[in-house]
Amino acid sequence: MTDNEWEPKIVAFCCNWCSYGGADTAGMGRFQQPSSLRIIRVMCSGRIDPMHVLNAFLEGADAVLVTGCHIGDCHYVNGNYKAEVRYRFLEEMVRELGLEPERLQLNWISASEGEKFANFVRDVTAQVKQLGPSPLKPEGVN
Amino acid sequence: MAQEESITETEEFIETEEASDPRIGVFVCECGVNIGGVVNCRAVADYAATLPGVVHSTVNKYTCSDAGQSEIKQAIMEYDLNRVLVASCTPKTHESIFRACVEEGGLNPYLFEFVNIREHCSWIHMQDKESATMKASELVRMGISRARLLEPLQSTEVPVTNRALVIGAGVAGMQAALDIADMGYKVYLVEKNPSIGGKMAQLDKTFPTNDCSICILGPKMVEVSRNRNIELMTYSEVEEVNGYVGNFKAKVRHKPRFVDITTCTGCGLCVQKCPIEVPDFEFNEGIGTRKAIYVPFPQAVPLRAVVDRSVCIDCGACSKACESHSINMEQEETFSDLEVGVIVVTTGYDVYNPEPTHDFGYGLYDNVITGMELERLLNASGPTMGKLVRPSDVRPPKRIGFIQCVGSRDKKRNRYCSGFCCMYALKDAQLIREKYPDSEVYIMYMDIRAPFRNYEEFYDRARDMGIKFIRGKPGRVTEDKDSNITVRVEDTLTNNIYNLELDLLVLSVGAVASESSERVRQLLKVSRAADGFMMEAHPKLKPVDTTLDGIFIGGVTQGPKDIPYSVSQGSACAARATRYLAQGKASTEGITVDVDRDTCVGCGICVPMCPFQALSMTDGKLEIIKALCKGCGTCAVACPTGALQQDHFKNNQILAQVRSAFIFEGE
Ligand SMILES: Cc1cc2nc3c(=O)[nH]c(=O)nc-3n(C[C@H](O)[C@H](O)[C@H](O)COP(=O)(O)OP(=O)(O)OC[C@H]3O[C@@H](n4cnc5c(N)ncnc54)[C@H](O)[C@@H]3O)c2cc1C
Ligand code: SF4
Ligand code: SF4
Repeated sequence: MTDNEWEPKIVAFCCNWCSYGGADTAGMGRFQQPSSLRIIRVMCSGRIDPMHVLNAFLEGADAVLVTGCHIGDCHYVNGNYKAEVRYRFLEEMVRELGLEPERLQLNWISASEGEKFANFVRDVTAQVKQLGPSPLKPEGVN
Repeated sequence: MAQEESITETEEFIETEEASDPRIGVFVCECGVNIGGVVNCRAVADYAATLPGVVHSTVNKYTCSDAGQSEIKQAIMEYDLNRVLVASCTPKTHESIFRACVEEGGLNPYLFEFVNIREHCSWIHMQDKESATMKASELVRMGISRARLLEPLQSTEVPVTNRALVIGAGVAGMQAALDIADMGYKVYLVEKNPSIGGKMAQLDKTFPTNDCSICILGPKMVEVSRNRNIELMTYSEVEEVNGYVGNFKAKVRHKPRFVDITTCTGCGLCVQKCPIEVPDFEFNEGIGTRKAIYVPFPQAVPLRAVVDRSVCIDCGACSKACESHSINMEQEETFSDLEVGVIVVTTGYDVYNPEPTHDFGYGLYDNVITGMELERLLNASGPTMGKLVRPSDVRPPKRIGFIQCVGSRDKKRNRYCSGFCCMYALKDAQLIREKYPDSEVYIMYMDIRAPFRNYEEFYDRARDMGIKFIRGKPGRVTEDKDSNITVRVEDTLTNNIYNLELDLLVLSVGAVASESSERVRQLLKVSRAADGFMMEAHPKLKPVDTTLDGIFIGGVTQGPKDIPYSVSQGSACAARATRYLAQGKASTEGITVDVDRDTCVGCGICVPMCPFQALSMTDGKLEIIKALCKGCGTCAVACPTGALQQDHFKNNQILAQVRSAFIFEGE
């Protein structure tokens, strides 16, 4: 990290079948990205608990990404529908916590969409850089 | 931390490794220069050594190599490791390898943790070695905090039903079915059309030998129908698939033919008497006609009639004509429930349709046709008995042009190369020159692609036969009052601009993923690649596997390819699939859910969450059928008391990872 440029820390929950594969494909395609992302692999986006997301914010995440297979493509039939429902609830929570909406983002990325994955990381990182560190970030965390 | 209780009587009790005494071995892989060239692996390993629970930390050149794996096994013994963490490439390809390795080293395979510092680190931060090294260290730190909490799991072995389902009976599916059947297993071969054979049955000749397509395919089709291990289900579609490797249940819908397939002899008397004639889109690309009752084509298997009720006027002429009383207009659709161990998908493709966008005047001008239409026009048993005529006036064309890459290699249509269009244009151009030596044939192309044995020679042969090649993609196509076509094209090799006058223009259309394939793909949850075709598990090492155990894809359903390649993939699918059938058993995922009975209040909120009906509630008690649980973990999120936990992705394991993504000053 260069001294003068602040690099946000973004936690991304990725499902094993699609979005994690998308991150892999981005790697295979050598699509360069900011080093802001920390991926946590789960089997299904339906496994992403609102509590995991809120925890990430409380621990110091500047943004949290919820990602999974495209609707209709869930490896477990409809886990991503459930993820979307929970995401809607989280959106509300995030607003109430006083966080900017850009800090929580949902995206469906298939295993073949490496470029999309990389662009997503670039976009979110740029947005969060504009916003600065999360107001929920505890003192002394990076 | 409270120990999880095992929940079903049958489940073996697994001793839980004391999370309080983790002895973690860390292996950081350089992957040659793939990782080592960007990430300072030594620094990462040194950092890991300082973290709680780590008793051994080292760097390997290639951790997955034989030497690397031996080193892991040795370290397990030497340092009495009870957790192993490898920081290297993606778990998608290497997790199973390392799990097997630690198991050989004497550890439960689920006490292995994988950190991806190649795809997710060195390859995407090539320009910034410092950040890459820092990120790799942090990813390893996250992995270690999770590794400390990992628990041993047991995967269950399930018996495999020794039958296979093959969906789609083109040349790839036929080959897969024959190979599986010849290995001694029963195969259900489901085909949506009234006859098997697929696209190859429609072709005239096949490159690069120009042998008659149906002459080599026909006997194979008969072989399929005669094979005692193959149960052919034509005019049928798979409607529903449930279960998992070894134990799939499929519902197949048999569409009514309105003809008794067991007594019909395919004599065609009914067809002669039927008064209704409509264009034959199913087999002849709309060029010829067929009756309301028809036999799909002369070599169809099964050679049986079928009634198209959408145009039938119920006059009864066919019933009167049929000597075997096979016609039954009351016939209804029926269903079969199949139980199979493995599934092979070979549902093929559609040819690109230039009609909606009127590419090069297709759909506007009569004398612009597709390559598939040309195949039917050249075919001796086609609608014109093999006589090449132009649609506008049924006269033999003298000047014929081909435009390559229609629908393919085009950012506005499909980016990919369809692989076979160059070759079939070379073939059809040769066939035309052979049949009509005084014809002029032009091929307008961007590149000619002719890899594989005898393909380049085939191209040379086309040149020797006087076929003219123009390198350039035409800009404008117009029609004159005699329905002649003028193609304006610049030869980019000579910079000459031609206004080429033609009697017939053929568009070499490529392959696109078909709608019926897409339905099957969604039914089975096979991944979709960017080009719309089905995606293999690994582009090089698992070309016909999918990420789903027991489901395989071959032929054009996996991506455009020619007949030899489709046939090879059909055989490959058979070989991959029969591994399960021959073993008679498969191991299912060890990752399932467990319920803590003390915390569960029996609210039942989790039950409808599971899409696989693995959960049920009896007398306020939650039952989990482990064999049905696929381990997605969706139910665990819904549980309001936290009683349901997904093994290997327990809340504490995920949250440990979340927490250690951040550093606190002074830590
Ligand atoms: C104009 C043209 C000329 C060609 N010439 C040559 C040539 O000379 N040599 C060569 O090597 N290749 C040639 N090809 C390529 C060749 O057609 C393919 O390689 C080959 O047909 C692929 O076979 P397949 O079994 O994968 O697919 P297909 O032939 O498409 O077979 C798929 C089968 O699955 C069935 N199906 C689809 N969906 C379902 C469903 N939901 N349920 C049940 N069944 C379903 C279909 O009805 C079909 O029978 C040519 C292609 C074109 C377009
Ligand atoms: S339905 Fe009867 S008449 Fe028609 S093909 Fe079959 S046997 Fe012949
Ligand atoms: S983890 Fe998924 S598959 Fe298993 S019981 Fe829960 S919802 Fe069903």
